[in-house]
Amino acid sequence: MMTTSHTTPIGMTSMSSSAHLSIHNVSKTYFGKRDWFSRATRKATLDYTALDDINLEIEPNTFVSIIGPSGCGKSTLLNIIAGLSEPTTGAVFIDGQPISGPGPDRGVVFQNYALMPWMTVMDNIRFAIETVNPKLSATRQKAIAQDYIELVGLRGAEDRHPHELSGGMKQRVGIARALAIDPQILLMDEPFGALDALTRGFLQDEVERIWEQQRKTVILITHSIEEALLLSDKIVMMTRGPEAKIAKILDVPFARPRHRESLDEHPAYHELKAEMELHLSRETRAVEESRIRRTTKVDA
Amino acid sequence: MTQSTLSVNAPRSKGFSLNTNQKAFLLFLLILGVVLLFWEVGARLGWFSQLMPSASDTLKEFWWWVSNPFFDYGPNDKGIGWLLLTSLRRVILGFAIGSAIAIPLGIAIGLSEVASRAVDPFIQILKPVSPLAWLPLGLGLLKNSEATALFVIAITSIWPTLINTKFGVSHVDHSYLDVTRTLGASRWRTLTKVILPAAAPYIVSGLRISIGIAWLVIVAAEILVGGSGIGYFVWNEWNNLKITSIITAILVIGVVGLVLDRLFGLLQTWVSFGQRL
Repeated sequence: MMTTSHTTPIGMTSMSSSAHLSIHNVSKTYFGKRDWFSRATRKATLDYTALDDINLEIEPNTFVSIIGPSGCGKSTLLNIIAGLSEPTTGAVFIDGQPISGPGPDRGVVFQNYALMPWMTVMDNIRFAIETVNPKLSATRQKAIAQDYIELVGLRGAEDRHPHELSGGMKQRVGIARALAIDPQILLMDEPFGALDALTRGFLQDEVERIWEQQRKTVILITHSIEEALLLSDKIVMMTRGPEAKIAKILDVPFARPRHRESLDEHPAYHELKAEMELHLSRETRAVEESRIRRTTKVDA
Repeated sequence: MTQSTLSVNAPRSKGFSLNTNQKAFLLFLLILGVVLLFWEVGARLGWFSQLMPSASDTLKEFWWWVSNPFFDYGPNDKGIGWLLLTSLRRVILGFAIGSAIAIPLGIAIGLSEVASRAVDPFIQILKPVSPLAWLPLGLGLLKNSEATALFVIAITSIWPTLINTKFGVSHVDHSYLDVTRTLGASRWRTLTKVILPAAAPYIVSGLRISIGIAWLVIVAAEILVGGSGIGYFVWNEWNNLKITSIITAILVIGVVGLVLDRLFGLLQTWVSFGQRL
């Protein structure tokens, strides 16, 4: 449970709307096929419980990273928060209201960018604004889109199509599109996973810069310890799947704005990093071992 | 070994080197020359049937038809331009009717799994039928040769477009749909702004196959239905035993088919935005 109150961030005046998110007893089970036909054709599968009884409270204006070994259901959890997937048990509440599906109060940044190839950078962002706010005048929509294009540093690329952009530029459009609808919560599903290390570092710095201006509640799914330490207020470490749980929640006490170069000067940095590395390597080892056992069982 | 081979080849390639395109073009000219020479010599020495004209006569006739495409001396004596326009008009009309059925139907069955499975047996059975099998049915139902030609072209143009449209609509990248869901877009907005543009490259590639088949079929349909057009011309000239005109018609039909295909190819690139099919 995330109950420790965080020190009030500076720059509250420029802060945009944000919400309290709570996840209550959320589990996700994918039911296997066990009807007579599947059994007869030997295609029966077992139930798979991806998430088991997840409870999490996220205060407004907090940047939270969720980190865990691959296949631990991090993305499943994010999809449940986004409303794209329904939990088998439990519910997600935003400011006390249970969510009943996807909605523009949550902006999503996708790992594969999910930009429409037939729309320009400007049109991709305007599409989001127009969908959420159809009554806005065209000039107003364009002005908002232009603001967010400038926020992510893409001025001059407004009329380009996604296939003319690099991966890093595409994800900036993805971030601008998610922010342009002014969501209360920003959900990012391994947003830099497909990028090379240099671009990745650069975009992390950009997200840090943008977060200083917007201070929305952000939930970031990541594999990267450094990424989590640079950006987060809290880091949620998950255990391996199946039946993934929350192992531990770490507070990241570094002052903001943060800089990649000076981050490791903080006394707590190395301790946090070591703890995360230990947890991740232990979980990953267990995942690998269970896979090896499974293959040998099949062979025998 | 390699060393010596290199040193032998290097000076030779210095003065005269061709890229792949140039080599291919030279080989093309060579093949063309050999075929024409074989044809000319064969025709003069009587290797083929008596009806076979020589290459030079055919080329002269070909030039005559092509250089004067728009004359009109009555229903059985028209320039090749008029003949082509008649056939093209039929193909475009029939193709438009076929596409007007295929695209909406393809969208409908692409969106609904139930409709897709329900309609699939009809498609599977009707698709492999030769277009010409529809011709007597058309004549019987419509009692009009012009309408029958359009009917056959329309039926023929339906299948590739229908199947491709269905595939394109049902295989839209799931992340695009996730985006519209998170934004709370209506079904109509999702369809018009996301699903259709995403399916457009598939739809156009279906149209491209359809127009190619329609152009194949028009010649046979006009031979059978008669009256006018390039297909009728081929049959008419066969009755006049004018083989030169038939060969001319074959070349012209081929060129027009190529142009139609390229036009749809351009349209395909235009709607694809760097996506590869």
